[in-house]
Amino acid sequence: MKRAIATLLTAVTCMPAFAADEVNIYSFRQPFLIQPILDDFTKQTGIKTNVVFAKKGLIERVKREGKHSRADLVLTSNFSAMIQLEDLGLTQKIASKAVESNIPASFRDPDGQWVALTKRVRNVYSSKVRLGKLEALSYEELADPKYKGKICTRSGKHPYNLGLVASMIAHHGETETKEWLVGVKKNLARKPQGNDRAQVKAVKEGLCDIALGNSYYFGKMMTDEKQKSWADSVYINFPNQKNRGSHLNVSGVVLTKYAKNKENALKLIEFMTDNKAQNMYASTNMEYPVKPGVELSKMVASWGAFKEDSLPLAEISKYRPLALKLIDEVKFDL
Amino acid sequence: MQLKNKLSNWQITAWVIGLCLSTPLAFLIFESLQGESEVFSHLWNTVLWDYISNTVWLIVGVLLLSALIALPLGWLTAYCHFPGKRIFEWALMLPLAMPTYIIAYVYTDLLDYAGPVQIFLRDWFGWTSPDDYWFFDIRTLPGAIVMIALVLYPYLYLIFKTALREQSFKLVQASQLMGLSPFQSFLKVSLPLSRGAIVAALALISMETMADFATVHYFAVSTLTTAVYDTWLGYYSLTAAAKISGIMLLFLFVALSLEKMSRKSKVVHERQSSVNDTSLYKLSGKSGWLATLFCTLVLILAFFIPVGVLLSYAIDYFDQAWNDAFFNYAWQSLKISLYVSVIAIFLSILVVFYQRIGEQKSKGFPGKVASMGYALPGTVLAIAVLLPLTLFDDYLNRWLDGTGLEPGLLFSGTIFALVFAYVVRFYAIAQGAVEASFVRISPSIDMASASLGKNNLQTLGRVHIPLLKRGILTAGLLVFIECMKELPAALLLRPFNFETLATHVFQFVSDEQLELASISALFIVLVGLIPLYLVNRSMEQQS
Repeated sequence: MKRAIATLLTAVTCMPAFAADEVNIYSFRQPFLIQPILDDFTKQTGIKTNVVFAKKGLIERVKREGKHSRADLVLTSNFSAMIQLEDLGLTQKIASKAVESNIPASFRDPDGQWVALTKRVRNVYSSKVRLGKLEALSYEELADPKYKGKICTRSGKHPYNLGLVASMIAHHGETETKEWLVGVKKNLARKPQGNDRAQVKAVKEGLCDIALGNSYYFGKMMTDEKQKSWADSVYINFPNQKNRGSHLNVSGVVLTKYAKNKENALKLIEFMTDNKAQNMYASTNMEYPVKPGVELSKMVASWGAFKEDSLPLAEISKYRPLALKLIDEVKFDL
Repeated sequence: MQLKNKLSNWQITAWVIGLCLSTPLAFLIFESLQGESEVFSHLWNTVLWDYISNTVWLIVGVLLLSALIALPLGWLTAYCHFPGKRIFEWALMLPLAMPTYIIAYVYTDLLDYAGPVQIFLRDWFGWTSPDDYWFFDIRTLPGAIVMIALVLYPYLYLIFKTALREQSFKLVQASQLMGLSPFQSFLKVSLPLSRGAIVAALALISMETMADFATVHYFAVSTLTTAVYDTWLGYYSLTAAAKISGIMLLFLFVALSLEKMSRKSKVVHERQSSVNDTSLYKLSGKSGWLATLFCTLVLILAFFIPVGVLLSYAIDYFDQAWNDAFFNYAWQSLKISLYVSVIAIFLSILVVFYQRIGEQKSKGFPGKVASMGYALPGTVLAIAVLLPLTLFDDYLNRWLDGTGLEPGLLFSGTIFALVFAYVVRFYAIAQGAVEASFVRISPSIDMASASLGKNNLQTLGRVHIPLLKRGILTAGLLVFIECMKELPAALLLRPFNFETLATHVFQFVSDEQLELASISALFIVLVGLIPLYLVNRSMEQQS
């Protein structure tokens, strides 16, 4: 009887049959970025990859699905998502010698609960015509009244900006960071809106002279026929080179606690941390690979070497909730 | 005694439907009561009031603008003769097929500094920088109001027009004989008579507006909906997010109840077989052309400009934008939309029928709670749906423990979740349209049917449903098109390797690459046009 009911339900809900040799991925990262890497993985190993891509809510989905979850891996586009998954107890240790030798310890969770796959810098773009290159710029300076009405950024609540604000709190404390936020808000040319690419576009249009944005967008825009002219109108600057270095964020991967295809999932993680995939990340997505010795894309290399802020991501992420509170308190987005 | 029994069956059915469709909401409310008010009070002390005022302005603005567009249009096409009327009658529905987020992106592209409009102006007047001139910024609260109203006015237009058609226009004729001008007759006869239908449509529009995330987010207008997202995804507090959703729903519930109470004694059932040609006013000469101009203008703004922009993108970027999987995506979208439309209509007929024949004080309750899902933002609804479904899955797996079967996520991991979520979200539309038609069937018809010895089921099947045909078709069409367009819930609830047209569009628009999404977006519009055409044709045939 039970069998009959289960069979019937399976038929009614169009339950997909799962193959033996596969790996299931929840991805915050867009398909066109990771699909080439996944296809290559399938070609090499014969393991099929299945993806659900969404920008919001996947963590909640894993949480609610509990031990029946089909997801073996979660690919995230920032460190706070990985740390949240870890805090919720939804991850397990990525036990792999290969991963450990590929990825430096500072880009792995000490306990192996997450691994970073790529690095990206929170850059400041400056108008070629109106400002020129800003070699000595610091994030702190964005609050300087000399930039009044000249700064564009996306919402303060976006993970990339939250990461930056959290790192400011880590370096300067709460009070000073709040003052800094008030200063930056006063300097905004318009209410925070759009995404990182839209900010560069606004600089080109003359709506602002300075914009915050992640490094790889600059490279991506250079290769897009419509957006190339936006990118051509700005210089890319690496802030705080004179002191602590530029703020980094990472994209990464976790192995879910209840992964049904753990073997395959580990194979995929190993693949993603190895030369071929790291190269693809670097060349097609213009990101900084985490594996030492992997070559940068020509374009990214042309931006020059830079100093990274060495504060551990796990340390920065502690201040994320506070960063969000401050953003609300100063009404940064309103 | 016999009657009592029969009634209780209908009652049970309606209550079961109502409760099933409101489980996600109930779980969300339960979630919101889980203590933890720190985040909420922090919001209360900082930004929540700004969010509330933005939300109120947004809804008020959209309602006013939709009414300004749709009421004259509905009245013109129902009662007047003017050049092009036959075409406008159905063409004015076209903007419904346009997703709000697409129209918002298109207009932003057109009107921003680098867009063709401002470039043209700069060339024309010789301006060189943004400092030389003022141009309105579309990414503002008023901009959002215009975008949303352009997409949502067809609800009001359609429901109002249907109401006018099914009203006795003897009254309008009488008003004509008594010397009222067309405008006076519109104000004093048509509007009051269709009040119920108008309010039902406005309620739908305000719920849809409240749930909109994509547009307000893109325009950087912080509303309660964006606050729900912030608290849940930023503060990691589903509890506080659920609390905010709760506030939104409470508003809605109170507003709807008040309206219902004020309407209690004013039901007019007088209906005649709908006559297709109810043209009372021949608008000739200048007024006729004015009517034509007004209709044309609305259509150009709400439909032809966005479609034109998408088309030009699709042609320019065809090689990059074309994808062999389109037909597959279109099929997935179509399939889901069909399932949901049929289910939603079937359920709403049962619930509304019970409202009609029930004698209990609470007879309106099932319909009301079932409709609440419409005001939930898509992603929040998706989570609210996952709460009961994952529990259910867990229970099922434990129940089958030991049989060697482990179905896994039978409900939450398959398209069942998506279909269920859509039924919960769009049931309100189906009910609104079905209700509006039911109200116009006079109770004397039910009595006549009963006196001929027919029971309730026979009355429903043989008398009501044939009379409701138009309302049912309308309801089905609206639900279908909404499903085609829906994005946030689809993103989060879909099974592995499952794409709909909307999710495919989203991949690109979120990166400012609307041109690459243009073909998919056109597909959404095209597939939405098919039922529009079919419904229109069947309406023509009926009359």
